[in-house]
Amino acid sequence: MSRARRGGGGAAGENRAGWLFISPWILGFVIFTAGPMVASLVLSFTDYSLVGETHGVGTANYARLVEDPRVAKSLTNTFVYALMFVPLGTVVALALAMLLARVGRAAGFFRTAFYLPEMTPAVAAGALFLLLLNGQTGLVNTVLGWFGITGPNWTTDPAWLKPSLAVVSLWSMGGTVVILLAALANVPRQLQEAALLDGAGPWRRFTNVTLPMISGAVFFAVITNTIAALQMFDQAYTMFYGPQQSSSASEESLVYMVYLFQNAFEFFDMGFASAMAWLLFGIIMIITAIQLKLGNRWVYYEGDRA
Amino acid sequence: MGTTRNRTRIALTAAGLSAAVALSGCAGVGGKGEEASGSGSSGGDGGNSFAGDPSGNLTIMGFGGEDEVAQARVDAFTKAHPSVKVSHPKGEFDAQQFLTALAAGNPPDLVYVDRAIIGTYAAQGAVVPLTDCVKARKVDTSAYREAAINSLTLDGKLYGIPEFYVVQVNLIDAKTLKSKGIDPSKIQTKDWPALKSTATSLYESNGSKIKRVGFDPKLPDSFPLWALINGAQIVKDGGAPNLNDPKAVEALDYAITLVEAQGGWTSFKAFRDSFDIFGDKNPLTTGTITAFPMENWYVNVLRDSIPAGLQLAAQPITDRQGNPVSTLGGSAWAIPKGAKNPTAACAWAAEMTATDTWMKAAEARIAKTKADKSFFTGLFTANKVADEKIRETYKEPAPKPGFEQAIQAFYDTLDTAKAMPASAAGAQIDAAWKAAVGRALGGQSAQAALDQAQKEAQAAFDKAKK
Repeated sequence: MSRARRGGGGAAGENRAGWLFISPWILGFVIFTAGPMVASLVLSFTDYSLVGETHGVGTANYARLVEDPRVAKSLTNTFVYALMFVPLGTVVALALAMLLARVGRAAGFFRTAFYLPEMTPAVAAGALFLLLLNGQTGLVNTVLGWFGITGPNWTTDPAWLKPSLAVVSLWSMGGTVVILLAALANVPRQLQEAALLDGAGPWRRFTNVTLPMISGAVFFAVITNTIAALQMFDQAYTMFYGPQQSSSASEESLVYMVYLFQNAFEFFDMGFASAMAWLLFGIIMIITAIQLKLGNRWVYYEGDRA
Repeated sequence: MGTTRNRTRIALTAAGLSAAVALSGCAGVGGKGEEASGSGSSGGDGGNSFAGDPSGNLTIMGFGGEDEVAQARVDAFTKAHPSVKVSHPKGEFDAQQFLTALAAGNPPDLVYVDRAIIGTYAAQGAVVPLTDCVKARKVDTSAYREAAINSLTLDGKLYGIPEFYVVQVNLIDAKTLKSKGIDPSKIQTKDWPALKSTATSLYESNGSKIKRVGFDPKLPDSFPLWALINGAQIVKDGGAPNLNDPKAVEALDYAITLVEAQGGWTSFKAFRDSFDIFGDKNPLTTGTITAFPMENWYVNVLRDSIPAGLQLAAQPITDRQGNPVSTLGGSAWAIPKGAKNPTAACAWAAEMTATDTWMKAAEARIAKTKADKSFFTGLFTANKVADEKIRETYKEPAPKPGFEQAIQAFYDTLDTAKAMPASAAGAQIDAAWKAAVGRALGGQSAQAALDQAQKEAQAAFDKAKK
């Protein structure tokens, strides 16, 4: 009995300690995320303009989401970009992770090298890729030219703007590579060996052993990359909407967050921008829920079956 | 089953938190709108006085002040007002930084911004009228160029003190023209078919690779200029948009044909993006562009390319009747609502643009040109009295005839340049026509693109005027 009481007290103490440990995060979340979220929800029903008086406008900002053709245009652009970037990014990250998993010597160097772009400011990467992808003088088309391929005008042809953004976004896949690399390291060696003994070739071992065993990590990468793609801002803004570029920007490069930013900080329409943010929030929640519903059918979680 | 549900909940929460970044970004400025807009503690028409001896801290946003012209004036101000501690972090004006500071009730005392956005800021109450400032500092606004003052005047009130005066003429690579046997007078905007013919004769390509553009109409930025050349202003007096004026539509149609005749937009823009505008390998020196409308400050940049073989020529831009025209640009000093030191801010705005201060700046520029063994290419300010005095005192014929021609052409354009009238929806009008020109360059008809732009801009203007 007394042991049980002591045990109970210990659990309560651990509970308190747990809360204490995560309290900085909770405070940060409430002050810097939940608070502003609630504020933006309130603002989305007003004509808040950063300055001047604020009035309630009911659901007018949400009605404008339907009426404003640029909302639909920017959403379409964002979806198209996400559809290009998420599969491409996941495949490239997985390929890199598998290569890195095989590197023996200098593995640390290569892992650092692949993660470094993650630390590079997106603005710098955007500026760099504007030079590399220049259709007339860029290195990418020069290299393609060596193989007799006439490269497109990546950064100026409206049809190639979103593919360009997807290519530029690959630059910062280091985080996903690290996650997939960790997952690959956890694939039980005995399963691979058993498959090898059964005569399975490399492709069969990859599809029947490796991929199922890392499906949880791949699924996580797909969800987080989808969310990141739908919120894409930095590269698009730097490449097409920065001070030097904005006047030449094609609407084909207008992604949702850039248009949200324009409304908030160029047009003094913070109420409408808040409504845009909540629309994106809703879309992301729905897409994530669908992904989870579908994902649970093919993702293998260790410990699922006890 | 329970595990799956928990996992779903966790993943949805993660998605929610990630999405929250976007949402919190929208509200990150905090709900202090009432404080920022309602206090009127300083700077307003009926607020604290702009008069008196300036002192204390003066924070300025958007003013780098690196070159000798800026530094000489900063020195003049700080010498005259040693009790003012001036802080002006380097970097261009950042609208997001400014507006969040304003909403948080902690704006800078002064901003240095493009005159084109003053109308929007004024309509929103982000900057205050300077009527009292002008009175308190006895600023003679008649000394400033009328077009610059008009571009800062909304509903009869002045919201900024203009600084530089940016006009355009056609700058020309004379070496290429000579090699092709074409007279510089052929670079003109009066006879459009003839200009197109000249441009295409100068254009060179190798397959899909452009080697030389004959004449760059500078789209999209120069759409207002082309409209002006064709006799249309894209913003009416009073600030209403006039984007689909038939003459503006015709002008855009024509300017696009110039691009289409020289490689088409996507290749043309990619080619243009590869230029090193500020270096020795600038397009006029390397012969990659033969002529384009360009602003007065650029002659100062080009001067450094003479050793690299640049031979410059210039022609005024004219309307279709042959009269010189130019759009007008430049920056201005404006005082944000809630500025804590409006007295010092007003004193700075007035003194930085005063004739005596500009003379000190010109003196510094002359000293620099002498040290560099170079020559003076003119100083173009919005203060007409200062401009004339500087020209009389310091302007000597440039050693290169082409440069002298260019400098003269800019001086000749000053009085004919037209500013876009200040508009309560200036930012939205700007965004609407730029997007429209982008669509038109992408293949949409100029009429349809500008009709849509007009509709959007008019809606924004009507909303701003409410």
